[in-house]
Parts: sequence; C-alpha cells; structure tokens
Amino acid sequence: MTAAGRPGAGWWWLILPAFLLLVVFYVAPILQVLAISVTEPEPGLGNYERLFTSGAVQRVIVTTLRICLITTVLALLLGYAIAYAITLASPRARGWWILAVLVPLWISVLVRAFAWVTLLRRQGLVNNTLMEAGIISEPLPLVWNEFGIVVGMVHYMVPFAVLPMLASMREIDPRLLAAARGLGGSRGQVFRRVFLPLSMPGVIAAAVLVFIFTLGFYITPAILGGGKTLMVAEWIGLQILDLIRWGLGTMMATMLVVAILVTLAVFSRIVDLRRIFGAGA
Amino acid sequence: MSDARGHALGLKGLTKRYGEFTAVEDVSLEVGQGEFLTLLGPSGSGKTTILMAVAGFVAPSAGAILLDGRDITPLPPEKRNFGMVFQGYALFPHMTVAENIAFPLRVRGLSRADRDAKVRAALDLVQLATFAERLPRQLSGGQQQRVALARALVFDPALLLLDEPLSALDKKLRAELQEELKALHRRVGRTFVNVTHDQEEALSLSDRIAILNHGRLVQQGAPGLLYERPRTRFVADFLGKSNFLEGTVVEAAAGGFALDSGVSVRLPDGAAPPPAGSRSLLSLRPEKVALLAEGEAADNVAEGRILSWSYLGAGFALRVATERLGEIRASLPSWQAAIAPAEGLPVRLGWSAEAAVPVEEDAA
Ligand SMILES: Nc1ncnc2c1ncn2[C@@H]1O[C@H](COP(=O)(O)OP(=O)(O)OP(=O)(O)O)[C@@H](O)[C@H]1O
Ligand SMILES: [Mg+2]
Repeated sequence: MTAAGRPGAGWWWLILPAFLLLVVFYVAPILQVLAISVTEPEPGLGNYERLFTSGAVQRVIVTTLRICLITTVLALLLGYAIAYAITLASPRARGWWILAVLVPLWISVLVRAFAWVTLLRRQGLVNNTLMEAGIISEPLPLVWNEFGIVVGMVHYMVPFAVLPMLASMREIDPRLLAAARGLGGSRGQVFRRVFLPLSMPGVIAAAVLVFIFTLGFYITPAILGGGKTLMVAEWIGLQILDLIRWGLGTMMATMLVVAILVTLAVFSRIVDLRRIFGAGA
Repeated sequence: MSDARGHALGLKGLTKRYGEFTAVEDVSLEVGQGEFLTLLGPSGSGKTTILMAVAGFVAPSAGAILLDGRDITPLPPEKRNFGMVFQGYALFPHMTVAENIAFPLRVRGLSRADRDAKVRAALDLVQLATFAERLPRQLSGGQQQRVALARALVFDPALLLLDEPLSALDKKLRAELQEELKALHRRVGRTFVNVTHDQEEALSLSDRIAILNHGRLVQQGAPGLLYERPRTRFVADFLGKSNFLEGTVVEAAAGGFALDSGVSVRLPDGAAPPPAGSRSLLSLRPEKVALLAEGEAADNVAEGRILSWSYLGAGFALRVATERLGEIRASLPSWQAAIAPAEGLPVRLGWSAEAAVPVEEDAA
C-alpha cells in the first residue's frame, strides 16, 4: 500500500475537529463542573452514589446508551451503503452524491427535528399515507418515543458516518479488487474479504465519531422524544435549569465526559490500530 | 502442483476500441501448452489491454479468446481460473503472506487442511517458507513479487498472466528474479503469458515473443529468430540495437543482392531477393560489425573515423562516421579491441554478407 501513503493517519484528522470541539467546550468548564459535582449539595461523593442507588439515574443512562448504540449501528449501516455507492459511482455522479450527503448538514438541527415531527406525528404524512392505503387502521406511534428519537438522530448522523468511511474507501487500491476477482473471488467474496476489511478504519472512525456525537444529543431527543423519553443531555438540563439540582446535573455531565474519553481510549488501545490500518511500523 | 501441461490460449482477431481510439487492433495469436509467451512493446502499445482481455477485465470490441479451443470471451474473470500477477503485485495489505496465498483457495471453498498444505507447498516453491506470517509491507520488493507469484500459482491455474512483474525492481534483483521466473516456469510446466517493455527480459525469458506497436501485432517468433530476422525496422530497433543502411538494389541473384552503396547481402536459403532497382533497407546489429586490422578482408568493408566511443566494461561502443554509409555503430568486446579508441582515429569496419538483414519500412 505504498500509493495510499499513510492510510492510518486519515481518520484521526477526521475526528480531530470533533475532539477539539469537545476539549474546548468541556475542559475549561469541566474542572468547575467536577468541583460542583463533589461539593453540591454537600462535599463528598454523594452524587456519584446515585449512579448505583437511583433507578431514575440508571434508567436515563441505559436509555441513552441504548439509543446511542442503535443510532450508531443504523447510521453506520446506512452510511456504509451510501459511501459504497459513492465509491462505485462515476466521477460525475459522485459529485452529486456528495452534495446530497452534505446538504442536510447545512440545515438547522431544529428545523430537521420539527420536519420529522410533522412527518411522523399521528396525523403526519407517514401515518396518513399508510391509513389511506389501508395498510393500518390506527395511527402508529412514530414520534414522542424512542423510535422518533432514533429516526431523527440517525438522519442527523448519517453524513458524519459517510464522510470518514468514504475517505477510507477511496484509499482502497482498485487493483486489489480486480486482483481478488482475477484470483477467483465472486463479487460477494471480494466485498467481504477485501473491500470490507480494508474499509474498516473508516468504519471505526465513523463509529467513534457518531457514538460520541450521539451521547451528547440534546435538541433532537428533546423535540422528538416529547419529554417522555429522556436522554442524558436533556436530563442534565432538567436537573440544573428546572430542578436546580446542580450537584446531580454536574455529576452526570462529568460521567458524559468520562464516557467519551473511555470510548476513545477503548478504540485506541484495545483495537490494534496499526494492524487494521496497515500503517508502516 | 500437478504435472498437467497447462493450457493453450488462442486470440482470434482481438480488437479493443475506446470510443474512436483503437487500443488493440485485430491481434491473432496462439500460445501453446506450457509455453512462455511475452508480449513486448513500447508504452501504450496495448499489452496490458490484451492481458486484461485475456483475464476477463476488458471486454473485447471484436474477436474471441479461446482456451484449448473453447470460446471463453463471455466468462467473467473469476470463472476463468487464470493466475495473475499484477503490476505492483496487488497484495492484500491486511492479510499475511500466508493469508494472501490462501485467498484463491479460500474463495474456492477448500478445507483448512487442504489450504494449509497447498500454501506451504507454494511458499516452498518461491522459497519464502519463513515469511508466512509477515504482512506484505514487511517484505522487500523481490519478496513481494514472489508472494504474488505464489498466490497466482497456488490454485493450479490453467494459465499464468503476468503484467510487468519485474518492472518495479532494481536491475540486479530483476536479473535474479528473471532466472527464478524461468526456473519456476520449467518446474510448474504451466502456460505463462508475460507483459513487458524490457527487451532483455523478453529475450531471456520467453519461448516466444509477440511484438506489438500501436495496438497491432508486428511480428512473433522465438527470441533468436526475432533478433536475427526482424521483419520491420521497428522490430529491429526495439529488440536490441541496430544500424540501418538504405540503398537501391543493383544486383539481385538467388542467394543474395547488392546495394548501390556497395553493401552486399547474403540471404538465407529460400529467401527471395528484392527486385533490382527497388529501394531496400538493411538492419545491421552493432555487435556484428568488426574492427578490421591492416590488410584484413571482409565481405563488406567501410572506412571512417571514430566519432565517439564509450567504454562499457565488457566492451566498447563506437560511433564511426563512414564515407559511403554514414554513421555506423559498432560494439566490440574489450578483449578483442585491437586499438585504444580515440576520437578522430581512422578505422576500417567490416562485416560478413549474412550480417545485414533486409527489413521493411514500418507502415505509417
Ligand atoms: N479505459 C481506457 N479508456 C481509454 N483508453 C484507454 C483505456 N485503457 C487503455 N487505453 C489506451 O489504450 C492504449 C493501450 O493501453 P495499454 O494499457 O494496453 O498499454 P500498455 O502497452 O500496457 O502500455 P504500458 O507499457 O505503458 O503499460 C493506450 O494508448 C491507452 O491510453
Ligand atoms: Mg501496461
């Protein structure tokens, strides 16, 4: 893979902006947040004890992790298919594809969340169409629940999943695919044994990026969850702004940061990156 | 490896057009069982296109590809069962050497035990047994090339296709691997089709060479035949070096002819001489030109002065300006050089009547 240069270096740059953003917006306030979480309402680890004792706290964490995992998996699957199609497309078609992927990024997350509400609510386009077609007799509960949140979050995250995967797919030497077929591999085998493993760096980068992003989602779950399904960010807002429980809110915020750091650490340590990326020793 | 003899390949009027541009035009070729054929030609002459058509990656615009007489033109690449060594080798970077070599076996659904045995045999064949667990990037160019060969041979392919397998290597290693490739061909007894633009490689490796220019087959034959009896100026020039002598035929008889410039040519048995009065072009290899001593006779003699010379270790290369025939290049083995070459030195060159070969001017 001499032509591909340093294939491993690419994805670190891709998550770097997100990582920097998190550092800038978290590291400065984080010490203060950390301080509050062990001093309010009284000094000690009382707030952290709640992680083990409070059913409500645990429920929020489990819900958040579940939604984030589902969202990550779906965004990766969709994103992979799109990135694959873009990689195979002719150069002209490729431009249009990429534009189509990027355009949603320029639309406010608020607008997109409300658009999904109008589509998915009881008398929304989706339910109306299905009922008129006689497929269902009762409107489906498509929004103000986890389903709605996942739809909105997947929609938001797909471009973020596509871009790192696309970058890593474009680094794959097309001669390798030709060689694999020439050696007797069917299209499916070539995909599974050559293309997929070689695109894994992009998949991992996308997974880390999407998962970290989704952990802190606020607006989309707030609107599409309708206050019934709480994710961590909204829950923190609730504690601090409405219930004025600073200690509990900052404890959860700290846990959010910890979760992000752990995710990054896990992927950079457990996974043998050099092996995956085929980077020079 | 089984001891089957490999398969015969036939190209029938193979043509490939890209829009208006014809990359390969009406190429017909037969490659016998177990034969080592080299497609030789300058850059852009259509070598890779022909090889890719044989491999199934390029659909011919016209013509057919036959394997043992059976038309395989419509078969997709993975159904052809050909081994391929790509330019740059195309080893899978995420697989070890052993996994790379096992790939063709894995996609054919062989059991683990069968795979392991064959991979080991293939590694032994290319003398890389101790490198099985390395990744391709941990190998030298020559080792990678051998892995590519092992991977192409491990599944007993009907035919081995090689696209400039040695071009990425330095000169010394290339010479070494040429030897190895030749020995390998003899050992496995498969049919090899090799592509190169390196004439030395073509001469040393092949049973037969097919020379291409502008997508057309110019001449094919055994290396010795092509070298000694080039049909056109292009072949004479591309395969080795050549002087070209032009003139009008003044005397023609059954065994030979002479030009107005005084050059006499003896033809091999059965070759018809050109008619008297026609223009003729002769190819004369520099190494067939000798430096004559004082009073020494030869069929053809040309006097002149040394224009320039260079010392090549094994020999000297001289450029001599002659009065009658213009510039003539001669290469002399060092041990035979009777003189110390110097610019401006008067010399007598001589060559036998068999040395010059009539060739055709290239079609435009
Ligand atoms: N996909 C293509 N579209 C248009 N023209 C092509 C295509 N592939 C090859 N050609 C043209 O066909 C001609 C022959 O190409 P080919 O690759 O067979 O040359 P080659 O003999 O292998 O040269 P080299 O020694 O440089 O590899 C070239 O002029 C090339 O530009
Ligand atoms: Mg080529």
